[in-house]
Amino acid sequence: MFEYDFMQHALIAGGIVALLAGVVGYFLVLRGQTFAGHALSHVGFAGATGAVLIGLSPMGGLIAVTLAGGMAMGYFGDRLQGSDIAIGSVLSLSLGVGMLFLHFYTSYATQATALLFGNVLGVGTDTLWWLGIMALVSLVVLACLARPLLFISLQPELAEAKGVSLRLVSMLFLAIVALATAASVQIVGVLLVFTLMVGPGATAQKLTVRLGPGILLAALIALAETWLGIALAYFTDWPTSFWITALSATAYMLASLQASRNT
Amino acid sequence: MEVLRLDRVTVSFRGRRVLDDVSLTVDQNQFIGVLGPNGAGKTTLMRAILGLIPPDAGKISVLGQSGLRGNPDIGYMPQVRSAGTGQRLCGRDFVAIAHGGHRWGWPRLDKRQWQEIDRALELVDARELARRPLMELSGGQRQRLLLAQALIGSPRLLLLDEPLISLDPRHQHGVIELVRQVSKQLGITVLFSAHELNPLLPAIDQVLYLGHGQLALGTVDEVIQPEVLSRLYGAPIDVVRHNGRIFVMSGEVDVEKEEHYHDV
Repeated sequence: MFEYDFMQHALIAGGIVALLAGVVGYFLVLRGQTFAGHALSHVGFAGATGAVLIGLSPMGGLIAVTLAGGMAMGYFGDRLQGSDIAIGSVLSLSLGVGMLFLHFYTSYATQATALLFGNVLGVGTDTLWWLGIMALVSLVVLACLARPLLFISLQPELAEAKGVSLRLVSMLFLAIVALATAASVQIVGVLLVFTLMVGPGATAQKLTVRLGPGILLAALIALAETWLGIALAYFTDWPTSFWITALSATAYMLASLQASRNT
Repeated sequence: MEVLRLDRVTVSFRGRRVLDDVSLTVDQNQFIGVLGPNGAGKTTLMRAILGLIPPDAGKISVLGQSGLRGNPDIGYMPQVRSAGTGQRLCGRDFVAIAHGGHRWGWPRLDKRQWQEIDRALELVDARELARRPLMELSGGQRQRLLLAQALIGSPRLLLLDEPLISLDPRHQHGVIELVRQVSKQLGITVLFSAHELNPLLPAIDQVLYLGHGQLALGTVDEVIQPEVLSRLYGAPIDVVRHNGRIFVMSGEVDVEKEEHYHDV
């Protein structure tokens, strides 16, 4: 299967995105903010379809809108807590508006499926470059941010007392989450981002109580699930996104069984 | 040596004057119980000392430095609300995130820094339980980890905000004993806020009583007096001593117990 260009591209793109989503997802799970990843992908859908409608690249629209959404969520921070209904309404509205944009742009039906469920087998060379740059930037920023981010996640009052700006750190983190979300959409689509961003991080936290090993494990689990998913899709001709969600859910359930046996 | 000084300080919180033109000095190696009715400003006082709430007037200095947010000389243990995030993380890593947690970068500690973490854990006798994830620990065990975390960086002043909340009497006693022992061993001054005076009586050197924008600092015998407390409560207060316990009464009501009910 390695002789085809599209498979090579799929494996490289999948690998880049898996590493990014796994690491970012670990922090997302640790912070109890998994909903944010879900929310940003929905908002991104409207951005992507809107961009298509006015003749721009869907990826550009996706990145711009998720980034803006992420920064806004970080800025309002605590005030968003407990407003699930308001957030839920915005999410549904975003998907609805996305559908409206697609309706106006009638000749683009395949674009909808690709955005909603991902299309890793259709990744071109320029998308590959984009993904690489996004992942590199996100991971470098996260590496600089990780220390205060962990501090504000686990001990917000103490972190504040030690002079950490909660707002700045959470805004920067959610900007990274936005980029990771936009990248994940390329592989598994808007509706299934949860599987790549949250599944591996949650599985890793079931398997180890250590921080460093947990982050590494989350990245490796995401990588394994993605590559295995692409390979299984190649051999079965079933959609990649299905295989990745199946692997992600299975890994999480096995880890939960393992964790409950240990206690 | 003087550790903390408030010089004619006025502090407001949400538009209300919590401290109104108060002054005090605290020396080193003092275990001070911070008491007062709900809303008297125990937490606000600590946040002001930490530099999180700037005073409207006056000056707060810690070891001669004032207005410094993130002062490394202050150790702080915030009030625990419900179980927070990161419950699957082991205690040792949880404590370690406070080591230099305010600096940018990847959270890597070198050998010497890990030794510092382990020393703090040893002080509170938590080396063993720090291997377990937070979700498996009891309230009292968590408090020990939080205390270890507050001790990182060798602070000279320790601010503990309601460490006894939601602990049963046996564990309350354990935490008080532990804090006293650790603070005397290291010679640090501790401000320990609590709802009730009696559990603290055997341990504290002084009591800091807050109320009505005012405060009183001194030994238990100096402060727990009807005249002093009546001024702080703004109502006539009786002090009843019985079997080595002290009850602060307003008419027929034990005001500390009363506060407790309101809090739940």
